Amino acid sequence: MQEDRQHEAELIRRILAGETDVFHELIRPYEKRVYVTLFTMLRNESEAEDAAQEAMISAFRYLHTFRGDAKFSTWLVTIAMNEGRQRLRRLKRAAEDSLEGTVEEPEGDFTPALLTDWREIPLEALERKELRQKLREAVISLPKIYREVFVLRDLQEMNQEETAAALGITVTAVKVRLHRARMMLQKNLVPYLQGSVPARKSFFGRLFQ
Amino acid sequence: MNLKCKNVWEHISEFLDEQLTPEKRREIENHLQNCEVCSAVLDSTRNVLILTADDRTYELPVGYSKRLHARLQKAIHQMPHPGKHSRN
Repeated sequence: MQEDRQHEAELIRRILAGETDVFHELIRPYEKRVYVTLFTMLRNESEAEDAAQEAMISAFRYLHTFRGDAKFSTWLVTIAMNEGRQRLRRLKRAAEDSLEGTVEEPEGDFTPALLTDWREIPLEALERKELRQKLREAVISLPKIYREVFVLRDLQEMNQEETAAALGITVTAVKVRLHRARMMLQKNLVPYLQGSVPARKSFFGRLFQ
Repeated sequence: MNLKCKNVWEHISEFLDEQLTPEKRREIENHLQNCEVCSAVLDSTRNVLILTADDRTYELPVGYSKRLHARLQKAIHQMPHPGKHSRN
């Protein structure tokens, strides 16, 4: 980890010293991360690809502003998110999204879906391609404030502090939103994870504590 | 056992992230041992996370990397190199 960081710092130093082609090497490990971040924001493959290219070009242009106190990957994802936001505005989808963004903590039901026959479900269910498709759809349909946190924490595997910094929110807000995002996804995906048999309500009285 | 299911759900996320105090974690583990519903909630949420982390869930468009580097190559050679600003 530490070595990666040192290696990156060295690559950055070389790029800033004029070996600009080294930039290709610097960003190679993060190509997918940048694309996925933008895909979950823009919800469209070709738009996300174009935005990813622009984000990488911006990263090159502003590389001199990168401070080694943050991880390069975090910095890059932040640039990608800025690119995504600009595009959302340009695409006039902003009305919907900024409205969502102003709602600090929307009211809602964040309880999980309940099921009683879970133990019988084979883990192989996770291998189904359809399930991955359903997950992508479910992530994309999360309200923006939950989607952003979920993408950074569970997809990009950024830690709480990095996520809070990238989004300009508190660590507590990160925790709350992540929990809600996960519960919404669980609820949305349980019918597919579960296979066929829905949970039987009559059992709850007995099983609840 | 005085922990209600609803209280367990509220902590599922922290439980999975191993952010609970040892006492809280023990309380929840005890509850889980006796509660099929909450165990299923925990397992299914964990599966969502496993699926999210699966490399195959999000795939890059075919040729993405090649196009990205081609465009970068072009852009890099049209721009002044970024180190030029570094002493501002």
